Amino acid sequence: MTLIDRIDGAKVDGHRPWPRIAVDEAGWRAVAEELAAGRLTLLGLWGDAGAVHMAVLDEETAEIAVATIECPHGSFPSVGAMHPPAIRLERALRDLYGLTPLGLADTRPWLDRGVWGVRHPLGAGEDCPSDPRPYAFLPTEGESLHQIPVGPVHAGIIEPGHFRFTASGETVVRLEARLGFVHKGIESLMAGAPLDKAARLASRTSGDSTVAYALAFARAAEAALDIAVPPRALHLRALMAELERLANHFGDIGAICNDASFSLMHAQCGILRERVLRAADACFGHRLMMDRVVPGGVICDLPVAGAAELRALLDEVRRVFPRLVNLYDNTASLQDRTAGTGILREDLVRQFGAGGYVGRASGRAFDARKRPGYPPYDRLDFAMATFDGGDVNARVWVRIREVEQSLDLVEQILRGMPPGPIKADVRAGLKPAEGMALVEGFRGDILVWLRIENDRVARAHLRDPSWFQWPLLEAAIEGNIVADFPLCNKSFNCSYSGHDL
Amino acid sequence: MRRTLFESLIRSPLTEAPPERDDAVLKELAANLDRAARRRLGRSLSIRQVDAGSCNGCELEIHALNNAFYDLERYGLRFVASPRHADVLMVTGPVTKNMREALERTYNAAPDPKWVVAVGDCAADGGVFAGSYACVGRLADVVAVDLHIPGCPPSPKALLSGLLALMETMES
Repeated sequence: MTLIDRIDGAKVDGHRPWPRIAVDEAGWRAVAEELAAGRLTLLGLWGDAGAVHMAVLDEETAEIAVATIECPHGSFPSVGAMHPPAIRLERALRDLYGLTPLGLADTRPWLDRGVWGVRHPLGAGEDCPSDPRPYAFLPTEGESLHQIPVGPVHAGIIEPGHFRFTASGETVVRLEARLGFVHKGIESLMAGAPLDKAARLASRTSGDSTVAYALAFARAAEAALDIAVPPRALHLRALMAELERLANHFGDIGAICNDASFSLMHAQCGILRERVLRAADACFGHRLMMDRVVPGGVICDLPVAGAAELRALLDEVRRVFPRLVNLYDNTASLQDRTAGTGILREDLVRQFGAGGYVGRASGRAFDARKRPGYPPYDRLDFAMATFDGGDVNARVWVRIREVEQSLDLVEQILRGMPPGPIKADVRAGLKPAEGMALVEGFRGDILVWLRIENDRVARAHLRDPSWFQWPLLEAAIEGNIVADFPLCNKSFNCSYSGHDL
Repeated sequence: MRRTLFESLIRSPLTEAPPERDDAVLKELAANLDRAARRRLGRSLSIRQVDAGSCNGCELEIHALNNAFYDLERYGLRFVASPRHADVLMVTGPVTKNMREALERTYNAAPDPKWVVAVGDCAADGGVFAGSYACVGRLADVVAVDLHIPGCPPSPKALLSGLLALMETMES
């Protein structure tokens, strides 16, 4: 039985490439039960005008479908009540749309602090005076417990968020994160925006994943408008995506070691990261390659000297990186900090459908480049790096293996670079069209969903991989000492901006 | 102890305003000391970075200032963990309304004299996020801005020249 047959409802026309099915309450609950039973994985849950969509994945067949429930009375049966990974998505949806998830026990807001001057900005949008409200953290009970509040402004150069630790001595009993500090209203800015403006917004959802977001947005738009992207553009996109992955993985490997006070790795990885960014700048005119991927293709071709520049980069990395891996692997004091620290259980990553290194370090072999897959990766040869330790060390090793794979991928892409145009015409049809894409950023799979009407984005939703990773950080830190939190946190490196939107 | 910690969180910094140099002798002494100190110690500035809603792009490039290529500290510039230790606040992002209070508190926690550097296009006028219900838009509407370094994000080189220019201005 295919996935679409398992969802009881009417297929909606004009939704590509995966089906969207309008369901009633019973059909909605049935999908939620499949999620709770672990037969489906939640990919996203978001609001629309008077409706809620939920994207699900069948991991065995890599089939994807979207279920939609109309909410004429402003409510829908809570998925989070049965399947915890949906809880924060539903809390955010309630803040933004004013639609109530019936049965969700957690009635606290998630993004809304009462300071926007408006309630339910994507729903009815009623004006309301600023009224900051205190936030009730979950209670902890027991003898000699103490709380440590951290953030939103942290000690380093990082994004803002609040962490509330409850500790017994040095041991963390509970961590609860409070996010939403960098909520910028991206989806509201996208609604009604022309495609090019919306693409610029998508590119700034999470700056470290600007290529991946631009690519996910472009692929969703191309799916909606049925646009074929020229082969050369596909290769250039993958080239940029792999450079982005390399730069971020170098940054992360160094930063994780730095949080274990091993600054040598940090300095050396920082050099490699800088070399990647300089090569990206030389090849594509921007260090982070922002706004280079657009619907239809890419805006700039690889210059004549570009391939040589990138090959020189590969040579340099291949000369230096193995030494660093060796150093990482053979420094007992460093291994003492990373091995066995912040263990994340496999059943949790499966339940949450956690992607990226967080999922792959705990045995969930999922990579959107492989499945559902997208060109040109279907023609490239690379292995998925999966470990089962689930600790900080395993998350470092996934990154190390992915660096090696990305180096190979860059070489394969350069070797197989087809000639031809780099951008297709983008013309919207008269009919409203919906498109969706799943793209593997360095952090995990990014979902973008779009409805395009009259050349404009009518509605967009961007789901960062962090939505399904942040809650697991709270599980991974339990029973560890407070001093290991920076290490655990950096090994997750979740996005604040991508999550807060 | 708890009270001491709590008080230090809510009261304004103890650091006093620099003395007025009205006395001629003091003036001369100060000038001599200034020259000697500068010769011996060089210039020095402590920077506290505050993300007020950035996409994280600016943070990545600010981070890069610490790498071996830019090596910020050789100019006497360094990043500090607490606003209490900072001379300069480097602020990024379109100032989300959810971050506004934290930004104001961080600003108030930094002792005078202090300078504010607005980093990136968002901090100038909200950038692509201008007009959102969730953003203030201009950093200058929240705290007084001394220098703006444009770019999306500004390159480490642009950040470095901006900071060095700020130091020159402070000296003159």
